[in-house]
Amino acid sequence: MSPPTHKSNAQAALTLRNVTKRFDGSAGRVTALEDITLDVREGEFLVVVGPSGCGKSTLLSLLAGLEHTDEGAIKLGDEPVHSPGRDRLVMFQQDALFPWLNALENVLFGLRLKPGLTDAERLESARYYLNLVGLGNKEKARPHELSGGMRQRVALARSLAPNPRVLLMDEPFSALDALTREQLYGDIQEIFTKRKKTIVLVTHNIREAVCLGDRVVLFSPNPGRVQQVFDVNLPRPRRMNDPALANLAAEVTTALSSHLTADKQ
Amino acid sequence: MKLPRFVIPTFIALAALGGWEWFVRVGHVNDVLVPAPSHILQWFWWALFDQASFESGHYLIALQKGELLPATWVTMRRLIIGFAIGAAIGIPLGALCARVRWVRDTFGVLALGLQTLPSVCWVPLALLWFGIREEAVLFVVVMGTVWAVVIAVQESVLNVQPLYLRAAQTMGSKGWHLWSRVIFPAALPGVLSGMKQGWAFAWRSLMAAEIFVVIVTGFGLGSLLNAGRELLRMDQVMGVMAVVMLVGLLADLVFFAPLERWLRRSRGLER
Repeated sequence: MSPPTHKSNAQAALTLRNVTKRFDGSAGRVTALEDITLDVREGEFLVVVGPSGCGKSTLLSLLAGLEHTDEGAIKLGDEPVHSPGRDRLVMFQQDALFPWLNALENVLFGLRLKPGLTDAERLESARYYLNLVGLGNKEKARPHELSGGMRQRVALARSLAPNPRVLLMDEPFSALDALTREQLYGDIQEIFTKRKKTIVLVTHNIREAVCLGDRVVLFSPNPGRVQQVFDVNLPRPRRMNDPALANLAAEVTTALSSHLTADKQ
Repeated sequence: MKLPRFVIPTFIALAALGGWEWFVRVGHVNDVLVPAPSHILQWFWWALFDQASFESGHYLIALQKGELLPATWVTMRRLIIGFAIGAAIGIPLGALCARVRWVRDTFGVLALGLQTLPSVCWVPLALLWFGIREEAVLFVVVMGTVWAVVIAVQESVLNVQPLYLRAAQTMGSKGWHLWSRVIFPAALPGVLSGMKQGWAFAWRSLMAAEIFVVIVTGFGLGSLLNAGRELLRMDQVMGVMAVVMLVGLLADLVFFAPLERWLRRSRGLER
């Protein structure tokens, strides 16, 4: 099966060409990702969705430069990706905030590593992004004094503040309760529309994928492959209980389950 | 009516002391072997304030009346300097062990072995290398501290959540920045408990060294205790034991406990 390609004139922020990644585990050699070819366009919200074990988190680690490809190439613009960098910041499943720093200091962490700014500019920028995620009044709070949703918001502000070219999100909503999650979906969409960021989100939640993505890439497991790509042309902001969204989610679910049953036989 | 919390423990402590006093006074035991609390108190008075209330039968010239505070000071100074050197060596060594696998596999294993070695075993070598001098005691104290610190630092650095490292690396942190801003703060609770353990080891090894050899450069609590043995003055022995306990408690109370509490509170591990 040839991987589905997407013809587009828009410039690609991230390009993946025939990317394969294997791991040596206790059960021998496992192919996590096989022959992935994918473009992430500038200013696009791309969502990778799939069941657990489909290699979607591995994909994100590769994009972040935390892992290396075994075959194939990943490029950010024209530059090959081979190490972590400020141009691709990650929001993790757990918030990964540093417990020894308060909210503002956490947001400042990445900014302090960004050259060419004065301390005053860094502080101003950190405050701006804390305000953007609605936590302007929590500057001094330590992570443990914030709720799970608030912590992910601080993490979002921390990832946005150094103004990365691409924002990578590794299931950042999966540990949150449904209400908080919906709130964050709203916030993310608002920030995405306002800031025109390129975002790659990885999730196992199909509804979430359809709610947030401009394009939804369905991965199939064992080994991780691109199964199908869906365009989502619903107007923003989208709400989770929108029937059109539910229909599209059902379509993705069907595609996934048909593949999984086909796999079993 | 609710009594303040300290009333009952105080009462029990006083009753126990009174019972001990009575037991010795009525002659159930030889008061040379087990001195009464009042004798120990008397000794304290004498050792602290140089009262001329005591017959001058002791033959160790250096052990004058009013010797307790200077002796405590000598011991504390050795302990603090030795501990500081041990921590200053142990922290970077532990970090190195955590960072470089072959160092961990060689030096780390050696540290594990040496940690189980009571550091008083170093005394003969220390005396040979440094002579009956301050350096010999310090060496023994350092040997007592350093391995515990190395192992604690190594373990707590290896146990730093990988998530923190990944997050920091994506934000462009590496090298010294990663160590000083992420790894060390994340490992700090473990490092602190390692230091506490190092402190306890240092304290024990110092006492052993001071009892074992009379260091001419200064008479510490251990020398005082040993002199008590030679004079058959069990009031002095038990008095010094009480001081040793007090110093240990005090170190915990004024240094380690507040530091740990602050650390735990600021990270939400304790309210």
